[in-house]
Amino acid sequence: MSESEYSKSGSLRRRFFTQAGGGVALLALAPGVRLAELAIAASDDEPVSDKHRWGLWVDTSRCVDGCDKCVSACNEEHGLSGMDRPETDAQWIRKVDLQDEVTGRELSLPLMCQHCEEPPCVDVCPTGASFRREDGIVLVDKHICIGCRYCMMACPFHARAFIHEELSGQKTHSPRGKGVVESCTLCVHRVDEGRTPACVEACSNAGNDALVFGDLKDEEGRLALILDENEGVELRSDLELNTAVRYSEV
Amino acid sequence: MRRTAGKRLARGWIAGLLLGAATLCIPGVLFSDVAKPQIPSARGEQCVEPVEIMRRDHFDFMKHDRDTTVHEGVRSIKHSLAGCIDCHASRDTGGQFISINAEGQFCQTCHTYAAVKIDCFTCHAAVPATKVSQSP
Ligand code: HEC
Ligand code: HEC
Ligand code: HEC
Repeated sequence: MSESEYSKSGSLRRRFFTQAGGGVALLALAPGVRLAELAIAASDDEPVSDKHRWGLWVDTSRCVDGCDKCVSACNEEHGLSGMDRPETDAQWIRKVDLQDEVTGRELSLPLMCQHCEEPPCVDVCPTGASFRREDGIVLVDKHICIGCRYCMMACPFHARAFIHEELSGQKTHSPRGKGVVESCTLCVHRVDEGRTPACVEACSNAGNDALVFGDLKDEEGRLALILDENEGVELRSDLELNTAVRYSEV
Repeated sequence: MRRTAGKRLARGWIAGLLLGAATLCIPGVLFSDVAKPQIPSARGEQCVEPVEIMRRDHFDFMKHDRDTTVHEGVRSIKHSLAGCIDCHASRDTGGQFISINAEGQFCQTCHTYAAVKIDCFTCHAAVPATKVSQSP
């Protein structure tokens, strides 16, 4: 990682933390606004660049306990049919229910790859298969992955899965197969076309709008504005990974 | 003395060449009963490269371009595997697409003939995307 990228991420981090405050009015913005923004932002045939950094905002106050629309949309989008073996089935998003032992406050939130700026999975990968795209999306290049699973051990969020069995009926836009590791791609195939990830779309279609997708570097963009108004909580902030997925409160 | 040695050497060379040429012909003679691959016909006007070049270099093109998609996010690559399937997958008599890697199908005929084994279709869909899976 170059010096300049460090300083860039530094300034991003500062912005997240210094500008905490009230105001959630922005959350009520129509979904259409976001789509229009993105169509301009992403392009199909230009290499991705660090002009953008894609991220997610999770408003835990809007995330409905017992709702798993984001999970099923993800499964549908990527053909994660599962083998009816919950221990080993691939999960790119999980719904996690939390309860504060003291106050009893309950929280339900989706947990997926946090698309870290300093991803531990990339650090430990011996082949370079785990990598971070210029625009911040953390991926597995399955053509290079040898299935060693170091990345799965390194990930503090248990966001990755290994495919143990031969698969069939894969989707054209989401090749998957035995012997390699996989995880949330932030729906990279959609992002490259200027669309939002399937989970975000499903959450918004369900009327919950707990998930917002956007460009963390676009100062005028919806995501950056939300993060100006709210403290974007990083999961495991102690690890200083500068995650691209931020939660309203945890 | 020297000259005869030179001549003998030259004669040896020629004999060697002839023998070499004969050896090259043997596979053709011995295996002429192995059927040439019957390549299913394609849709579309023409391939993404001239056919003679595609026959030789298709795998290098694809391996090059996949990095462009996976690492740089460029979706409009010329040698897309999904693209090959769109033009080269055949349908059965019922109109259903057949896996492009199945016995006798496009990506398989030549490979059986040339004893090549590919793993692409353990992950990649081997039939064109249906309308359903393409919808947002
Ligand atoms: C272990 C799984 C796996 C295997 C095996 C695999 N791929 Fe891929 N391939 C992927 C994934 C995942 C992508 C990324 C798809 C995306 O981002 O939309 C991809 C993308 C591609 C792309 C760009 C997208 C497209 O359809 O054009 C090409 C080209 C490609 N692969 C070629 C190959 C070839 C050729 C082989 C066999 C030599 C192969 N792949 C084997 C998983 C695999
Ligand atoms: C736009 C449609 C189209 C696409 C996309 C396409 N092809 Fe073709 N391909 C054709 C046509 C048409 C032919 C010519 C058939 C002929 O002349 O007999 C052909 C011929 C070939 C041949 C020579 C077959 C022979 O008869 O010897 C090979 C090999 C080939 N294609 C491989 C590929 C691969 C690999 C890809 C993906 C990278 C691909 N093609 C993508 C349409 C396409
Ligand atoms: C015209 C015959 C022909 C067709 C059709 C064909 N191939 Fe091949 N392919 C070959 C030959 C011959 C080789 C081996 C070349 C060599 O080793 O020099 C090969 C090698 C490959 C390799 C490299 C294998 C390795 O071990 O590195 C890949 C990948 C590949 N083909 C993919 C495809 C795909 C995908 C299709 C269908 C879209 C296809 N091929 C259709 C003839 C063909």
